[in-house]
Amino acid sequence: MQMNTKFKPLENVPLNADPSPRAISICAEKVNVFYGEKQALFDIDLNVGANEVTSLIGPSGCGKSTFLRCMNRMNDTIDTCRVSGKITLDGEDIYSRDIDVVELRARVGMVFQKPNPFPKSIFENVAYGPRIHGLAHTKTDLERIVVTSLQKAGLFEEVKDRLQQPGTSLSGGQQQRLCIARAIAVQPEVILMDEPCSALDPIATAIVEELIDELRQNYTIVIVTHSMQQAARVSQQTAFFHLGNLVETGPTEKIFTTPDDPRTESYITGRIG
Amino acid sequence: MTDSSASNSRQKRDFGLKRRYAAERRFRLFGQAAIGVGLFFLAALLFTVFSKGYTAFGQTSLNLDITFDAQLIDKNNARATDPDVLLTPNYAVLARDALAMKLGLGKLSSKDRKLVDGIISNGTKVQLRDMVMANPAIIGTTQNIWILAEADIDSANKGQIDLSVDEKRRKVSDRQLEWMAQLKADGTLAQRFNFGLFRNGASSRPEMAGLGAAMIGSLYMMLIVLVLALPIGVAASIYLEEFAPKNRFTDIIEVNINNLAAVPSIVFGLLGLALFINFAGLPRSASLVGGLVLTLMTLPTIIIATRAALKAVPPSIRSAALGIGASRMQMVFHHVLPLAAPGVLTGTIIGLAQALGETAPLLLIGMVAFITDAPVTPLDPATALPVQIFMWANEAERAFVERTSGAIIVLLMFLAVMNITAILLRKHFERRW
Ligand SMILES: Nc1ncnc2c1ncn2[C@@H]1O[C@H](COP(=O)(O)OP(=O)(O)OP(=O)(O)O)[C@@H](O)[C@H]1O
Ligand SMILES: [Mg+2]
Repeated sequence: MQMNTKFKPLENVPLNADPSPRAISICAEKVNVFYGEKQALFDIDLNVGANEVTSLIGPSGCGKSTFLRCMNRMNDTIDTCRVSGKITLDGEDIYSRDIDVVELRARVGMVFQKPNPFPKSIFENVAYGPRIHGLAHTKTDLERIVVTSLQKAGLFEEVKDRLQQPGTSLSGGQQQRLCIARAIAVQPEVILMDEPCSALDPIATAIVEELIDELRQNYTIVIVTHSMQQAARVSQQTAFFHLGNLVETGPTEKIFTTPDDPRTESYITGRIG
Repeated sequence: MTDSSASNSRQKRDFGLKRRYAAERRFRLFGQAAIGVGLFFLAALLFTVFSKGYTAFGQTSLNLDITFDAQLIDKNNARATDPDVLLTPNYAVLARDALAMKLGLGKLSSKDRKLVDGIISNGTKVQLRDMVMANPAIIGTTQNIWILAEADIDSANKGQIDLSVDEKRRKVSDRQLEWMAQLKADGTLAQRFNFGLFRNGASSRPEMAGLGAAMIGSLYMMLIVLVLALPIGVAASIYLEEFAPKNRFTDIIEVNINNLAAVPSIVFGLLGLALFINFAGLPRSASLVGGLVLTLMTLPTIIIATRAALKAVPPSIRSAALGIGASRMQMVFHHVLPLAAPGVLTGTIIGLAQALGETAPLLLIGMVAFITDAPVTPLDPATALPVQIFMWANEAERAFVERTSGAIIVLLMFLAVMNITAILLRKHFERRW
């Protein structure tokens, strides 16, 4: 099982350096998504800036997760799902024939709504990605990647004595941070997070939010959230979805203070949702 | 609202708790009763089989000093030039003489001769002939050897013959019983472990009939089923479950696999006869053909079990693997399959156990033959344990009854070994999550 040979992220990144390539931007143009006959997204145009946190907000079922999944083509795994339109990653169309999804998903990491660690050890959870992508050539390299990733996810101190225990034995918040560490370990350029804090208590949420803020230095981040406060706290750009349409997008501050669209205003003040 | 009305309305609310608990108690009782009945029948089955069958593992034998009389075996001393002369003599006489001597009988009357012959197994002459053929140097010497007693003597010795029946209608005469007591007292006649049961092939004489050909046949078939059905079944399930697009075509395949699992096994026998023997020209009665037929039969079971095990793996694990850039293949083999392995194993063992106990399709491909020599390769004629049980169950002689039960015990042992292996393997895989 050899990885796509085009993908050699280590070429210009020294191992002991910060394992994160430069962040890049994403640009969506006229994206339509169908589940079978049913259209879930209508003509979405959205630019996600590099080194920025973009939050997607909107009522349940409006298509936030669907849009997020378009950006690393996880929608490909849903049989009924069809995507049309254009999404470019650093100028490259990710739906073009030349793009290998495996490579794409290594570049665009994802953290899911429900923590989903592998039923393997904590170490294995983080080491799996680097291992299949051949990011480490020696055992020490691999250990270094695991430790750095766990540190960046703010989990290392809590688990350093029990790296061999199953990842599923951690608490929900720890599991979510483990999943973040797992995503970081592959050295992605973009991280997509689907309601990463929905299963967490306020303390764990605060830790993850702090983490997101730090990660912004090196990554482009898109986060789906139901919490207005969270969107306001962590993101620079906010996009409001409603019934499959992108209603409004702009700097977070503006969306939350002087939105252009009445629907946005109703939502953030709690009248639709 | 006043206090009294509040408490009133509280009293009136009926949650039906009594009824609900009663229903639960009833259900528990039903469950326990069902398990009780099941256990009772299991115990009854095991008890009958073991109580009838354990005696088959011992065989009454005679320890005799047999003189290989050169006069009788090779009168003209021609064996150096023509070894075939050793094939023809009546070796039974040697054993008869030895036994008569042991019993202290002089010259035998023809009636006595019949009775003495009736104690010794028919197979003895073959046993002695083979000894002489293998080593002609023993001609002229006296050897102490164990020979088998006749099946009726064996039954009498095990107390399976009703002695209150009139002598004329009994298979063992009073005279023979007297001799038996005498031989038993001086240690000539004794029960020995029945190795022949595991070594010998089919025989019309119960004391010489064994499961050798059947056990090797069954073993070969199990190996063939395991080697073919497991990889094919698992690969097919993985493809259908993880790679194949979900459309009409795969739906039809799925329905058909489910239907195949319900097809009577004898139909697979017909298919095997037409396909493997008539069309492909494979030999009849061979364990290879049996194994192939059983593979066809077992595949649906393994596929259904494996697909169920794969379906039970949470989709979040798949997303997790794909989300960090694992290929589908890596997702399946690194994450999904290890989690499904216990289920796959269980399905495989159930399929194998079914195949091990299958008789009907084997009858159609000629595995019901009278096989006297244990098969060496899977292409040699063989039979199978359940077929052997079936054949012995049809025999009239008393001594075959215990052999039938004994063969069932051997079959159950096979199953037990397979199940224990499965449990150990499952434990092993579960520990690795
Ligand atoms: N796998 C699927 N198959 C069919 N329809 C789907 C599927 N996933 C989502 N949908 C539909 O697409 C629409 C958008 O769903 P999506 O999950 O993107 O919403 P969301 O904004 O993430 O909602 P939430 O905030 O509740 O997570 C919904 O109407 C949903 O029913
Ligand atoms: Mg969602």
